[in-house]
Amino acid sequence: MSKMNNMYSEKVMEHFTCPHNVGEIKEADGIGEVGSPVCGDITRVYIQVEDNIIKDIKFKTFGCSAAIASSSMLTEMAKGKTLEEALKITDADVAAALDGLPPQKMHCSNLAASALHKAIEDYQNKNNIAS
Amino acid sequence: MRRVYLDHSATTAVRPEVLEAMLPFLKEEAFGNPSSIYSYGREARKAVTEAREKVAKLIGAKPEEIYYTSGGTEADNLALMGVAAAYQERGRHIITSAIEHHAVLDTAQYLGRHGFKVTFVPVTPAGLVQVEDVKRAITDETILISIMHVNNEVGTIQPIREIGQLARERGIIFHTDAVQSVGKLPINVEELNVDLLTASSHKIYGPKGSGCLYVRKGIRIKPLFYGGAQERKRRPGTENVPAIVGFGRAAELAGQEMDSEMERLRRLRDKLIDGVLSRVEDVRLNGDRQQRVATNVNFGFSYIEGESLLLSLDMKGICASSGSACTSGSLDPSHVLLAMGIPHEEAHGSVRMTLGRDNTEADIDYVLEVLPEIVERLRAMSPLNKDNEGEAK
Ligand SMILES: Cc1ncc(COP(=O)(O)O)c(C=O)c1O
Ligand code: FES
Repeated sequence: MSKMNNMYSEKVMEHFTCPHNVGEIKEADGIGEVGSPVCGDITRVYIQVEDNIIKDIKFKTFGCSAAIASSSMLTEMAKGKTLEEALKITDADVAAALDGLPPQKMHCSNLAASALHKAIEDYQNKNNIAS
Repeated sequence: MRRVYLDHSATTAVRPEVLEAMLPFLKEEAFGNPSSIYSYGREARKAVTEAREKVAKLIGAKPEEIYYTSGGTEADNLALMGVAAAYQERGRHIITSAIEHHAVLDTAQYLGRHGFKVTFVPVTPAGLVQVEDVKRAITDETILISIMHVNNEVGTIQPIREIGQLARERGIIFHTDAVQSVGKLPINVEELNVDLLTASSHKIYGPKGSGCLYVRKGIRIKPLFYGGAQERKRRPGTENVPAIVGFGRAAELAGQEMDSEMERLRRLRDKLIDGVLSRVEDVRLNGDRQQRVATNVNFGFSYIEGESLLLSLDMKGICASSGSACTSGSLDPSHVLLAMGIPHEEAHGSVRMTLGRDNTEADIDYVLEVLPEIVERLRAMSPLNKDNEGEAK
């Protein structure tokens, strides 16, 4: 039945069906929330930082399957990275890791990447670290 | 995996009886052009005429008032453009509603950019047009009122007879898009006071690309196309004979079975509505519960987004939609739900399920088993789910 949805790659469907790192982190070191100007959907990312490294990361998404899959993929990519490395992850990287997204769904990967960047900023602001 | 098709308002499969009626007209037996004088042509002409009688009967019209088209969209275009062009000397104001199908809405907007004034009357939160609002919108310039009979997204039945009567009293032409009511509600163009009516074949188990516009005798319309003398010059072009024959047979069967089939589907619909409302929290039935066609259910689930819900249902074999099929590629929430005053994010989480011939009680049981789990799973992921806020995982 994998042909059922020709719109999305297998990877997207995998991450949509069994998303990784769903949830919240209580007393997170940084939280970032982004609402899409395109569709109004929302993603929130929580990070826990230790020694400048993303020790743990979780997300919550109100959005389409591409947005959920992107959030899941992004959290996998960011986990264990330094903040500087994590800040370099772009929406294009997320989309590529998912074996691509349909053109009208590219903005969905942007939600996840932007929310992560905001979470890192939030952490840096709280800890008076200049980025 | 079990497959449950719940998108009959988008389209339906051609019934075996309909296919059987169509096949000879695709093959050597009866492939003729209805305009030809020899036997092949005469047979095709006879079939087109018989189909016209069947379609006319379903809506209480005379056969000569039926004009075949390539479907509902063309019939809507022909109604609006045809009347606008024929009556523009009399006035340049058109009234329609905010919840019309895009075939009417976009055509009205086009006319609005080309010298006509268009009023889009609002609807109540339950998705109903109010006769008073139509009345207030009428001016001396009004030449046409177009209000759909049953809305395709929320299934609401509009007060067509009353609006028709109002139009008649004021000498205004009245069109109704009845694509979603033909074969589902008893229709009689006399009783409903309509001058023009749109019907489509593929919503009633006929082939796609086939439909008609009913035009009351005496109403003028300018054609969209020029060419031959077919359809009394109002719709030139060699007739799509198999599609017309299929439409006719589908209309005949729909008329014969309407009472019992709609009673059956109404029961299934109510089981689905009551089942979901009792099993899921924070869910709303979009559209009036009473003034509602027997086949339509439309739920708004708070905190979740429609596409992920539809895809999750699809993975369980359930085919539903988030509104009209033509807009599912777009990111904007339904104009119908927005017109009903439903907030943006709630409109985003709405799902339409439309019932039909192939649905059984077991299908509904299956949906009631699967849907609550899916909603729960997606809500657990949503930042908008208040219940989950602040709980560490
Ligand atoms: C209310 C309404 N009008 C018009 C149409 C268009 O009909 P067709 O698909 O035959 O062009 C539809 C079909 O989606 C409809 O639901
Ligand atoms: S459509 Fe909104 S995130 Fe994909």
